[in-house]
Amino acid sequence: MEHKTVEIISQEKLTEDIMSLWISWEPDEAVIPGQFINVYLKDPSRMLPRPISICDVTDKGLRMVYRITGAATGTKELSGYKPKEKLRITGPVGRGYPVEELKNSENVVLMGGGIGIPPMLYLAKSLGGRCKAVLGYRDSSTFLKEEFDALGCRVLLSSDDGSVGVHGTVLDAIAADNTDCGVICACGPKPMLRGIKDYASSRDIKAYISLEERMACGVGACLGCVTKTQKTDDHSRVKNARVCVDGPVFLAGEVAL
Amino acid sequence: MADLNITMCGRNFKNPITVASGTFGSGMEYSEFVDLSRLGAVTTKGVSSVPWEGNPVPRVAETPSGMLNAIGLQNPGIDVFLQRDLPFLQQQDTGIIVNVCGHSEDEYLQVVERLDDTDIDMMEINISCPNVKAGGITFGTDPKGVESITKAIKAHTKKPVIMKLSPNVTSISDIARGAEAGGADGISLINTITGMKIDIRKKSFVLANKTGGLSGPAIHPVAVRMVYEAYEAVSIPIIGMGGVATCEDAVELILAGATMVAVGCANFSNPKVSIEIIEGLVAYMDEMNIKNVSDMVGAVHDKY
Ligand SMILES: Cc1cc2nc3c(=O)[nH]c(=O)nc-3n(C[C@H](O)[C@H](O)[C@H](O)COP(=O)(O)OP(=O)(O)OC[C@H]3O[C@@H](n4cnc5c(N)ncnc54)[C@H](O)[C@@H]3O)c2cc1C
Ligand SMILES: Cc1cc2nc3c(=O)[nH]c(=O)nc-3n(C[C@H](O)[C@H](O)[C@H](O)COP(=O)(O)O)c2cc1C
Ligand code: FES
Repeated sequence: MEHKTVEIISQEKLTEDIMSLWISWEPDEAVIPGQFINVYLKDPSRMLPRPISICDVTDKGLRMVYRITGAATGTKELSGYKPKEKLRITGPVGRGYPVEELKNSENVVLMGGGIGIPPMLYLAKSLGGRCKAVLGYRDSSTFLKEEFDALGCRVLLSSDDGSVGVHGTVLDAIAADNTDCGVICACGPKPMLRGIKDYASSRDIKAYISLEERMACGVGACLGCVTKTQKTDDHSRVKNARVCVDGPVFLAGEVAL
Repeated sequence: MADLNITMCGRNFKNPITVASGTFGSGMEYSEFVDLSRLGAVTTKGVSSVPWEGNPVPRVAETPSGMLNAIGLQNPGIDVFLQRDLPFLQQQDTGIIVNVCGHSEDEYLQVVERLDDTDIDMMEINISCPNVKAGGITFGTDPKGVESITKAIKAHTKKPVIMKLSPNVTSISDIARGAEAGGADGISLINTITGMKIDIRKKSFVLANKTGGLSGPAIHPVAVRMVYEAYEAVSIPIIGMGGVATCEDAVELILAGATMVAVGCANFSNPKVSIEIIEGLVAYMDEMNIKNVSDMVGAVHDKY
């Protein structure tokens, strides 16, 4: 993990509130799907970095896709940054998905809900499209769907309002499709992850889930971002792992949600 | 060239800049970004007699020019500290200040005794944490209580003892005098100011603990005022902290009376900020023609 200044290459709107941002990136710097970037904002009154998952890495640079969460927010500020502007970041941060293990697994199913979808794109790409991608949206303003199609993944959709795909959650989508899950990799809101953890444990399916928690330092020092774990971990010596550096990806069985 | 060397409680430090407890882990976490040997000292996260779980999440929230935290002093305990964290710090060629926390006098003393025969420079005793139910701040809000816990700790160690004071009091001068009367070798201030944030959509608290400690640039003027008042009240040296994000902020605290300055949650906004502040201090002293940083300590007090 490094603290550095990068350059904004481009930024565009994917939907009303979803932005796609490319930053400059040294091609030799390895990135694991599931890792994230701490983005520092320019307004000094916004002290804390924003954690945003890595959505893609190419010769062009590194891509993040994020939601503008409101009118007076840091992500709103970020969305106004222009190409060639500098941006301070730390990253790549955290423990990502076990790509090698997944490459050797059958029936890998990726599940992304809302802003949990972007990191799944880089994972799907790292698996050469050899996976099923189940994408859960709020409504018909979908994003990144075509890019999963282009990787050759089988794509299933769900939406909260039923306007695209199956009406309901990603779990409703796999039920409707009779999907056979070998391994699940999921990222999304906590209720969705809870559902997936229960689904996987009741069927004895291995599941990797990426957690979201409020962060301060983003680098493992402040203990702001912990999640309850089943076992005492080596760093904290209590049942609290840090989402930022011990995660954000955990085996569903390791954590209590 | 400006001389940044400083002596505090009989110990020499390369420069007056340290980091504030709890914002820098054990030092290891930031060693990827910061050459620790350039710091005057590393101040560790609070260490207790046994591992502490801390509070439920959410533990942190951003506020304008600041943040609230209610970590609740999660830490792995003194055994792990001595086996893992201290040996790491001892290899870094930097000063070592160990922050100590406890729920009771006895718990503080257990940690203090274990630290007594190590080679750390100083102990900083946190009697001011607003985020734990017992101990912490309850020791730090009454001058008599501060005097008595300080006395008890001093009786158990030969190391310099710095009492870390809470700003959540009516008179910081009285509390500082309590620490001095108890035999403290120094004081550090300020810890965080108790605050609260409400999520108006959920009509509920943002932090699981409901209240949290406010830190960051938003509290810096309070820190300057309190360091100034404490300097007037006592003659023991002060570690100043609270919202230091730039070299100018650090200089203000030194002029107000701080011998050393700790950089806290500004590390979260910029992992390298402590080094930038040290570099800024040199530039400021050169520009102002100040030879020794010690000449700046409390300099505003002569000016009435
Ligand atoms: C590991 C990880 C990866 C993430 N990846 C993505 C991604 O790829 N795309 C995306 O759109 N979002 C992602 N998020 C969520 C994203 O971090 C928040 O939406 C964002 O921080 C909100 O900031 P803001 O400036 O919009 O809101 P503000 O209201 O200005 O934020 C105030 C504070 O609250 C924090 N905060 C607010 N909401 C959240 C949240 N949901 N999770 C964590 N912190 C929050 C902010 O970081 C900031 O410190 C991720 C979160 C984590 C923890
Ligand atoms: C996340 C966090 C954790 C903290 N943990 C401790 C601690 O363990 N012990 C302690 O004495 N102070 C602790 N503090 C208080 C800081 O050391 C410091 O006194 C305070 O934050 C004010 O400085 P700042 O505004 O520069 O952050 C903590 C502060 C923060 C933000
Ligand atoms: S955000 Fe500070 S430890 Fe994870």
